[in-house]
Amino acid sequence: MSNSNSGNVGIVIVSHSSKIAEGAADMVRQMVGDAVPLAWTGGDIDGGLGTNVTGILGAIEAAWSPAGVAILVDLGGAETNSEMAVEMLPEDRRARVVVCNAPVVEGAVIAATESSGGSSLAAVKRSAEEFYA
Amino acid sequence: MSLDRTAREKLVRALAVPVIEHADELTSLDQAIGDGDHGLNMKRGFEAVLATLPALADKSMPEMLKAIGMTLVMKVGGASGPLVGTFFMELGKALPEQATRADLVAATEKAIAAVKARGRSEAGQKTLLDVLVPVQAIFAAGGDATAIAAGAAEAAERTTPMLATRGRASFLGERSIGHMDPGSRSASLLIGAAVAALEFEADS
Repeated sequence: MSNSNSGNVGIVIVSHSSKIAEGAADMVRQMVGDAVPLAWTGGDIDGGLGTNVTGILGAIEAAWSPAGVAILVDLGGAETNSEMAVEMLPEDRRARVVVCNAPVVEGAVIAATESSGGSSLAAVKRSAEEFYA
Repeated sequence: MSLDRTAREKLVRALAVPVIEHADELTSLDQAIGDGDHGLNMKRGFEAVLATLPALADKSMPEMLKAIGMTLVMKVGGASGPLVGTFFMELGKALPEQATRADLVAATEKAIAAVKARGRSEAGQKTLLDVLVPVQAIFAAGGDATAIAAGAAEAAERTTPMLATRGRASFLGERSIGHMDPGSRSASLLIGAAVAALEFEADS
């Protein structure tokens, strides 16, 4: 977990596996250093493979930026739990968090690189999603 | 329909016990076509719900349902947590404190619509919606507890030959055929338990 006061869009990585989430975050950090607020979460609440809303909410908080937060997810439950977490945010934050339809590792690296240049949340999301375009 | 505190506590226990007891069965269904965590996830969620008793049953019926939903969302994990949790939360939001059967029909319809939106899914994709949607139709048409419970069990069975096009099982393509959908099985367990506890009378 980490943070940055850059004002750039924050990146959250959500995987069923904490190792994947952490590893993807390491790759992001290598690319962009501390220029981007970054947090990851993985695993169910017992530490097994899975995702959980509490962990995702914590990661959004850790990566919070006034410019917004882009979430990268791996499989189904990660997406569903992330969307649930977004809906549970305070209303003023809800519109500034997006779940990207992109591969988790590649999407996170591209999104963070885009963010590190000061791009908007919409631009960060669009870059991540170009993988599936 | 108005349940007193004792009846509300009985309902919560009636919902939780079969899910917990069938955890191994749900897991083995999920191992066949999913990621094998459904039994454990649902068991963890409903054990967490039971842990909120007795205070949970002090709440009004709508507030109790919302609290159950929130606990499931936070504790179950997987896609099932938000899906089943959303059903309970929306049911609680849609029900008045003193609910008639017509209120419950309308509330279950809204809750199912919310599950569809949450999962971006419709019936026919081998998910819990393949139980919720047909059972709601039986309920709306005036079916009694026996008809609803039987309809739920049959609907779960009907997912066996279906091709999964949503959820983890969809990755398997045609190999998803021939196995009952675990989410449909847990939904049918919950519905069977709910109607037995509530003892619906048929609308004539």
